[in-house]
Amino acid sequence: MTRRLTIGPFNRVEGDLEVALDIADGRVASAEVSSSLYRGFEHILLAKHPLDALVIVPRICGICSVSQSAAAAAALAAATGLEMPPNGRLASNLILACENLADHLTHFYLFFMPDFARAAYRRRSWHATIERRFKATVGEAPREMLPARADLLRLMGYLAGKWPHSLALQPGGTTRAITATEKVRLFTILREFRAFLTTTVFGDVLENVAALGSADQLAAWANGRPADFPRFLEIAADLGLAHIGRASDVFLSYGAYGHGRGALIDDEPLFARGLWHGGRLPFAEPLISEDVAHAWLHGDRPQHPQQGETRPLTGEFSEKASAYTWCKAPRYDKRVAETGALARQMVAGHPLVRALVAADGGSVRARVVARLVELALVVPAMEGWMRALTPGEPFCHPWQLPDQASGVGLVEAARGALGHWLRIEDGKIAGYQIIAPTTWNFSPRDAAGVPGALEQALVGLLVGANESVPLAVQHVVRSFDPCMVCTVH
Amino acid sequence: MKLLWLQAAGCGGCTQSLLGAESRAGVLAQFADSGLDLVLHPALSEASGDETLALLQAAADSRLPFDILCVEGALLRGPNGSGRFQILSGSRRPVIEWVRELAARARYVVAIGSCTAYGGIVSAGENVTEACGLQFDGDQEGGLLGADFRAGSGLPVINVAGCPTHPGWIVDTLLALILGALTADDLDAWQRPRFYTEQLVHHGCPRNEFYEFKASAQKLSDLGCLMENMGCKGTQANADCNLRPWHSVGSCVRGGFACISCTEPGFEEPGHPFMETPKVAGIPTGLPIDMPKAWFVALAALSKSATPKRVRENARSDHPLISPGIRKSGRK
Repeated sequence: MTRRLTIGPFNRVEGDLEVALDIADGRVASAEVSSSLYRGFEHILLAKHPLDALVIVPRICGICSVSQSAAAAAALAAATGLEMPPNGRLASNLILACENLADHLTHFYLFFMPDFARAAYRRRSWHATIERRFKATVGEAPREMLPARADLLRLMGYLAGKWPHSLALQPGGTTRAITATEKVRLFTILREFRAFLTTTVFGDVLENVAALGSADQLAAWANGRPADFPRFLEIAADLGLAHIGRASDVFLSYGAYGHGRGALIDDEPLFARGLWHGGRLPFAEPLISEDVAHAWLHGDRPQHPQQGETRPLTGEFSEKASAYTWCKAPRYDKRVAETGALARQMVAGHPLVRALVAADGGSVRARVVARLVELALVVPAMEGWMRALTPGEPFCHPWQLPDQASGVGLVEAARGALGHWLRIEDGKIAGYQIIAPTTWNFSPRDAAGVPGALEQALVGLLVGANESVPLAVQHVVRSFDPCMVCTVH
Repeated sequence: MKLLWLQAAGCGGCTQSLLGAESRAGVLAQFADSGLDLVLHPALSEASGDETLALLQAAADSRLPFDILCVEGALLRGPNGSGRFQILSGSRRPVIEWVRELAARARYVVAIGSCTAYGGIVSAGENVTEACGLQFDGDQEGGLLGADFRAGSGLPVINVAGCPTHPGWIVDTLLALILGALTADDLDAWQRPRFYTEQLVHHGCPRNEFYEFKASAQKLSDLGCLMENMGCKGTQANADCNLRPWHSVGSCVRGGFACISCTEPGFEEPGHPFMETPKVAGIPTGLPIDMPKAWFVALAALSKSATPKRVRENARSDHPLISPGIRKSGRK
């Protein structure tokens, strides 16, 4: 027996999401993921002054705001061949890291964990603790997490004026030079944030978390440890979260925190750029394309984003019966790729993350582990970038805007690979295309009928006969940390 | 009081901003302790899918009484008035229909952010999506609900404008409603709470000495005043961003970039590049509010000629090159 289940509005994801499931014999047989909001940012950007992109694109998304700025600044810099001074690079890394870590915490504490506090899990041994800590809007954990998140925002207050929607990230660097005494204050604030991670999230020092290298080590480390990450691992083991949510196991990362290993300008990024598909593969930007076969958009064939356009259907939607979303279908060399912290750590080669995927493939557990391990990896890197800031040296290089140019900005947002493709003609924006992380993860089918990453990850999930909003489906959906407002912009 | 929060066509940034509110245990605890019950918030509530739809339907049918409706995001009327550009997931109905129904049931309707108040960034350019605000379309009265709309309390839509809004503006507005301390007289001409719009961004600007002497930044990251060259509207923008800094320490001008007057209807289409000051004959066209042009020109000429070397040199650097002199007091 097959039944159709439509789930929406999907709360505790950023933005508008609807998931339609065909359920046969108690399992998901196929899934369609739909983004139900269209705002048209790529159209809004046309004919604007190129630097106005820095005002407009952060406003695509209030949770990936700085990432959008960073991608635009990178595209503009690429269009002019501009390099930032070391201070600008370090400050940009710090600002982006603040947003990404804040987003990881917001996801874990406010979006993802509250599902385990639901009454449906009341017979589980861990439920009482989890309900007390994570019950949506009233749990005690956010009382500890939100002030820690505010530490990261205060760092951005110094480095970027405010969050979200700052103009501090520029093609030539950052607009806010840090003084010697402010550098001291940055350290002080970050130290407080580190203490929160140590005490509340991990119950251990960050270095020990970062050094975990296998599933056995992880299990031994977590056993009985009174902190939130070990509590999640206990739930994951009990509910089998390592065995649900597998997508294509093709992982894409644009590489995060440029020149991130030290202060030298030619250093490697902290997390490498590349593709993982059974092994590490080199990344080639021209292999990216977008397809609109199942979107309420005009277009008849896959396009590289530099040639792409975004034009909504406005009349008879029924004329395109194949369409079910505003989201395009991005593909890398025709492959469905997953992106996010898991992909980032797969490509970068974190031993624990690679081990988890080698054993079970991509999963709900692996995605959450990668996100939290990243907290432990990035904070020490931030301390290094802060140490390398040199008050008195420049933060921003001046530059001239070309009349004709094109550029690509590829960065890593918290939730994965974010790309901006920019074309300037006669001193104005003539083309602007964006592929956001969740455009990859929550892609619809392509012209060949191949489902997107989440659509694949949902297939096979058990759904109870009485479940209208199946819990397993919610765990899998939220494990990607979707940002729907970025997805369709 | 019971609060229902809907996200329309926005970026979610006002919720993200709100979560950064600086209180000892965070804003959720502050709400709970103040008697504000978050019945539904798309980013925070446990309910999802059918559970959410049931709550919304009950609220729309008056079976679930509530007090405050917060809407976050522009209202999309397109294409062709259908609202099809934003369907409330799972309901097959446009978000604008839900907003109209729920607004009719609320004692207070609060527009969170400039998109919700006036259309904001989503209405920029050709406005293909026919985006507007709850009770304004740009600076024109009307919007989705119409100029005559009044919530159950008799108040029009309360516009907590800003892109994003400062967390304190939302918290103060909601807590004032709980205390019964917000009346029609407390709203300005754009229906914004006057407590934050009866100041200028200029007030408390740390660049004031540079402003006084018209010692202007020439390029990004310079310390000087951002008004003459860099597009800053702080002397005209209604908001208390520098009296009530962001995250205790920041603001746009503190971050080294222009105030773009994001609390104002129409800020999204300033008619010039955001980061450049439009000028006629070398004089900025947007003068400080309440200041006659002739006086501004005369004062600018005088103050430029009187600029101390320290202020002039520091204005064009990203860090102070010359320190203020040290005053020696007392007679010994």
